[in-house]
Amino acid sequence: MANKTVLYAKHVEANAKIVDFHGWDMPLNYGSQIEEHHAVRKDAGMFDVSHMTVVDIKGEKAQAFLRYLLANDVAKLKVTGKALYSGMLNEDAGVIDDLITYYLTDTYYRMVVNSATREKDLAWINKQAAAFDVSITELPELAMIAVQGPNAKAKAATVFTAEQNAAVEGMKPFFGVQAGSLFIATTGYTGEAGYEIMVPEAEAADLWQALLDAGVQPAGLGARDTLRLEAGMNLYGQDMDETINPLAANMGWTIAWEPSERDFIGRAALTELKAAGTDKLVGLVMEEKGVLRHGMPVYFTDDNGVEHEGIITSGTFSPTLGYSIAMARVPNAIGSTAEVEMRKKRVAVKVIAPNFVRNGKQAF
Amino acid sequence: MSNIPNELLYTASHEWVRKESDGSYTVGITEHAQELLGDMVFVELPEVGDTLSAGDDCAVAESVKAASDIYAPISGEVVAVNEALEDSPELVNSDPYNDGWFFRVMPSDDGDLENLLDADAYQAVIDEE
Repeated sequence: MANKTVLYAKHVEANAKIVDFHGWDMPLNYGSQIEEHHAVRKDAGMFDVSHMTVVDIKGEKAQAFLRYLLANDVAKLKVTGKALYSGMLNEDAGVIDDLITYYLTDTYYRMVVNSATREKDLAWINKQAAAFDVSITELPELAMIAVQGPNAKAKAATVFTAEQNAAVEGMKPFFGVQAGSLFIATTGYTGEAGYEIMVPEAEAADLWQALLDAGVQPAGLGARDTLRLEAGMNLYGQDMDETINPLAANMGWTIAWEPSERDFIGRAALTELKAAGTDKLVGLVMEEKGVLRHGMPVYFTDDNGVEHEGIITSGTFSPTLGYSIAMARVPNAIGSTAEVEMRKKRVAVKVIAPNFVRNGKQAF
Repeated sequence: MSNIPNELLYTASHEWVRKESDGSYTVGITEHAQELLGDMVFVELPEVGDTLSAGDDCAVAESVKAASDIYAPISGEVVAVNEALEDSPELVNSDPYNDGWFFRVMPSDDGDLENLLDADAYQAVIDEE
């Protein structure tokens, strides 16, 4: 029996095509995933992300624990509500999960982790926490709705209370605040402005309906994938997993090497990998007909005439750009062009940094 | 439930075939097929004048989800292709049995038609999936 979020009935009511997503019955689309994609880029869309896992970490040693648990450094967080994206690594520097941590007080942090990795994440976090004076509490009673797009904030404002609107007034990107019954964060997975809103399950359907009435378009997992890929954001399990280190997953910027005396799980292995050199994750662009897809091989020849091979980790048709884009893990020697083998032929592609669309516009 | 018009013939690989007044046959993919594939992003068609044998992969329907080969339901010469799909592949989603047609074939062997399915038989194929 698959898990269902508290919003499942709302999806069915909206004629969603439901698919299994790591044990959850989730909406793939509500008709056309391309229209949903455009709604987020041009107006406002919303996603049910209630399947994601919220974990509160409290205690005197909460900061010390997270500085050890995560490759990024929560000590950077000095302003209440500020959020940090990080990998959680194993001893070999493989990525157990990527997650967001909100700083609420020195003794209270909130983490949001992927649903597909929930069980192993909680097991790992609890195991590592044993040596620290902290409490780890999952909050399954919270649903989550992501409202994203250039008009997302304005439309959400018509639904928020005066208190909530005051709380989010002027809030910068990557912050979160508890306002009334909602935890409202300026985070997302689309490359657009907007909010991710944690809401008690009992209120979630009413909030969804209110946003719907405010003209926010429901969007499914299909649009969520094309939006995040255009924004150059990784999907755990596809662009990286426990066999991949963050340097090979375009997550080098999330590793806090300084201060050098901070010990975090995976640091020693990661230091060796960095010295030896690793593969990297790049963006590919193909302007001719066809769609780059997960698993297709990528070939290029280096300056010495040696051919190298990599692989597409995520590929799709970009509805915003009108042609195909992909992320690929390739040897470090790659230049500005490569070839992808698709349907028994090799097609030339451009190689760029994996960031294709930001705020509705081409980003490269 | 997908719409499966009674007046058309079908293949187990989800193409439909409609007889035209000039003796040619129009080919497209079924509503069920476009639902499975999701939003269409590219369609590759054969060229007018191409000779097809029944069962040849002769076109490609590429959606957000996958690239799918389209097989010739009958043998014959391609006499027309739906050029509108070049700029508007979404017609395959919005109107699979009319504006979303793929190509027309003038049959070289009427015997091929006997291998096609009627609406009930095609429904049975879907039910077994």
